[in-house]
Amino acid sequence: MFTILGIPSQALFGQLLLGLINGSFYALLSLGLAIIFGLLNIINFAHGAQYMMGAFLTWMLLSYFGVGYWWALLLVPVLVGIFGLVLERLLISRLHHLDHLYGLLLTFGLALIIQGLFRIRYGVSGLPYGIPLTLAGGQNLGFMFLPNYRLWVILLSLSVCLATWLVEKTKLGAYLRAATENPTLVQAFGINVPRLITLTYGGGVGLAALAGVMAAPIYSVNPNMGADMIITVFAVVVIGGMGSIAGSIVTGFALGLIEGLTKLLYPEASSTVIFIIMAIVLLLKPAGLFGRRV
Amino acid sequence: MKLSAILLAGLFAGAFTTGARAEIDVKIGILNDRSGVYADLSGEGSVIAARMAVEDFKATDKGIRVNIVSADHQNKPDVGSSIARQWYDQEGVDAIFDVPTSSVALAVSQVTREKNKIFIDSGAGAADLTGKQCSPNTIHWTYDTWALANGTGGAMVKQGGDTWFFITADYAFGHALERDTTALVEKSGGKVLGSVKHPFPGSDFSSFLLQAQASGAKVIGLANAGGDTINTIKQAAEFGITQGGQKLAGLLIFITDIHALGLQVAQGLVLTEAFYWDLNDATRAWSKRFAERSDGKMPSMVHAGVYASVLHYLKAIEATNSKDASVVMAKMKEMPTDDPLFGKGQVRIDGRVTHDMYLFEVKKPEESKGDWDYYKLLATIPAAEAFRPLNEGGCPLVK
Amino acid sequence: MTRYTRSFLILIALLVIGPHILYPIFLMKVLCFALFACAFNLLLGYGGLLSFGHAAYFGMASYVCAHAAKIWGWPPELCILLGTSAAALLGLIFGALAIRRQGIYFAMITLALAQMIYFFALQAGFTGGEDGIQSVPRGNLFGVINLANDLALYHVVALIFLGGFWMIFRIVHSPFGQVLKAIRDNESRAISLGYRASQYKLLVFVLSAALAGLAGATKVIVFQLASLTDVHWMMSGEVILIVLVGGMGTILGPVVGAFVIVAMENYLAPLGAWVTVIQGLVFVVCVLLFRQGIVGLFQRHPARLKKST
Repeated sequence: MFTILGIPSQALFGQLLLGLINGSFYALLSLGLAIIFGLLNIINFAHGAQYMMGAFLTWMLLSYFGVGYWWALLLVPVLVGIFGLVLERLLISRLHHLDHLYGLLLTFGLALIIQGLFRIRYGVSGLPYGIPLTLAGGQNLGFMFLPNYRLWVILLSLSVCLATWLVEKTKLGAYLRAATENPTLVQAFGINVPRLITLTYGGGVGLAALAGVMAAPIYSVNPNMGADMIITVFAVVVIGGMGSIAGSIVTGFALGLIEGLTKLLYPEASSTVIFIIMAIVLLLKPAGLFGRRV
Repeated sequence: MKLSAILLAGLFAGAFTTGARAEIDVKIGILNDRSGVYADLSGEGSVIAARMAVEDFKATDKGIRVNIVSADHQNKPDVGSSIARQWYDQEGVDAIFDVPTSSVALAVSQVTREKNKIFIDSGAGAADLTGKQCSPNTIHWTYDTWALANGTGGAMVKQGGDTWFFITADYAFGHALERDTTALVEKSGGKVLGSVKHPFPGSDFSSFLLQAQASGAKVIGLANAGGDTINTIKQAAEFGITQGGQKLAGLLIFITDIHALGLQVAQGLVLTEAFYWDLNDATRAWSKRFAERSDGKMPSMVHAGVYASVLHYLKAIEATNSKDASVVMAKMKEMPTDDPLFGKGQVRIDGRVTHDMYLFEVKKPEESKGDWDYYKLLATIPAAEAFRPLNEGGCPLVK
Repeated sequence: MTRYTRSFLILIALLVIGPHILYPIFLMKVLCFALFACAFNLLLGYGGLLSFGHAAYFGMASYVCAHAAKIWGWPPELCILLGTSAAALLGLIFGALAIRRQGIYFAMITLALAQMIYFFALQAGFTGGEDGIQSVPRGNLFGVINLANDLALYHVVALIFLGGFWMIFRIVHSPFGQVLKAIRDNESRAISLGYRASQYKLLVFVLSAALAGLAGATKVIVFQLASLTDVHWMMSGEVILIVLVGGMGTILGPVVGAFVIVAMENYLAPLGAWVTVIQGLVFVVCVLLFRQGIVGLFQRHPARLKKST
């Protein structure tokens, strides 16, 4: 056993690994935000609520229909994604011609409604959801005990992030980027831009829901779980800048790590450290680490 | 502005009974959490308990007409204190009951003192209510954090859990809980090996649990509350902490939380409560009646406290034939308390009600006979030792 | 200007009659929120900057004021002054950071910075954490007027509100206010005309934060309590809702909005969690169908109102 900065390596690696898990959630959520922002130019304030819906739907599938975790992993993002499509079609699309701040306000209102309704129906005490049996138990890594489920969370989120990044490199990604730059021209090429926008919103929301499914077994399933998360994710997004998909993924994981480290060095600051980093980044590089100047 | 609180009681039968004494109209307010973390613990159940107290007391036959109003304070001191102010100023409420959440309870206690009314708290934990911030207008019924720390901390050490590690919520309340418990653990001859503070509210406790596990302490004390405690227990189950031989001790956790967690996750947890439905024949009988009125949910200790405190308040009104705050308060402190749920006790000069407290361990799933059969009694802490000694609270009313 | 004089006179008349009809504490709450919303509206309606973190200034001022009154035993006028200054200072720091980005980023940055203050308030010793700072003495104004009397306090609060309101009115109609509107409508044009846009933005940000602080500090004297509610993001959301409902960019909008929203919350309080849902619905409806707000609705049609602006 050796020490780094006066900290036993055991604790250090342990915390870093746990930071990586938190980072997985930051990365998935900020990825969804970035995709939506890329095309719709709005910040989806309801993202946290949709993440929460993902966790709740997972719980509901099990308790009401006996549908387990693995099916939920597939079904929930689709279902919540469809909910997102409907929201976009019915409400958000009406604001495209207006200042983007209205989009922020609208989704803020939606977040309040969704959270409120879940609160009324399920209270705020939190609902239990067990870890799927196949992933119960854990690995003794020598320096720490790593539950299998958490390992799964890191791997899954990494692969989803990678997949999204690859999609951006395909033709579809090219359409998306083109539609962001010049929707009229892309429309003229025979591509249905409004539909592309709707589907993108649904996709981003689906990602949030996927994060929710992953969170259900480890965090308490409660109506406020998204609200606190989303503000931190906003800071992550500001730090990374929303210019690139890769940027938001890297920033998400990196900040998870930094937060984990803070928990060890100075736990009192672990909830504020991301905001402090945000302030510093704004001073040095206002557009964010990976952002283009807007 | 009339706060359209839900009017409940309505005791109409025999409202005009003739008697030697004058009729008294009493309005009591049940102010608690009806939508947040403590909604199961207090909420509608407290209103049911208050109504049961009024009926069991046969208030109408004795010429006391009781009106019950209720409202949701959302666990926010500002909301709570403005409802209390409005109730006293505008709606003629004579006494407020329940009020979980320490911050709100302290705020309501201040307003009550200013308006010279009566406040009997059942839901909150703040030991300061009868300590530094005690008030001649406030009575604290069911439990307080000192009593919980004493029960869990002191009694655990006697049971062999003599080394402790704390996982503490990083704000004033968590710090106080840790401080009080540490003092009691050390007084009983135990040792605290260390503690870690987590951000409040937190969601991921795994890293803190790992540190607790590594400390090798026999008992891991959870100096946090509500969703934080629930999350910590869930994640402790995930990391196999209790299977490893360490015991989790909840310093502020209630039967409603155990119900929400399920025995699979909560088994082995040690905690202190003032009341459990399955203690004796009297508590079982009352709880059965309570459950019939609340969709089969068993009462929490807070519900029991509301029942007992409303009963005691009505007795004092009957005895003095007055609802004047100072007169009734004096009578309540003079008269010993006696009810089927807490047994005999007394209201101390600082407003603290003393009665027995109990140390429980949560059963394993295979030991439980069914819903709500959750606790094994480990120890009974007699009333005389269960609460903070009168001279240690720093209450100015104690000379 | 006669129209404004008349509006002012009507407002003063309402303020005088108010406490004889309605519960004074309720009215004082409305006035505090109205001032808070006016301050926010100065930034949004005239500066074009949507801050999602105004609770930070409101809340910080209330904590500082409460601390000064309770622990140091300062008289109320000094406490309010100190609270306001603290909010202005905080506004200066956060404003300097936030104005480096625009639009949606600006909103997210202000929100994140305010969240930092929330965590600070939760952990710092002097704020009392979850309990907040309770039983703050109302004290004697200038050592003479006993504010424990609700009616006396009401008149003081009404005067503070009128003072703040008048100041905002003066700011908006000053040359400074005109430049602000020019920046709001077209920033690059204003810059090319030689105005240092970021200095103007920072100044209006600080003014807005200070006035929000004035509202927060006054609220503490009324309710004798500073709590986490004051710094929570829901508070930032609420002030946006007030301005949205009343009509952003209108002088009277925030006042009307404050009355409507505070009354709504008071009446709906027994519904508990439904209040959040209803607030959300009001948000959605306002954004989709009712962007001009209540006051904006009245200003649109009658031509006589448009002429004098």
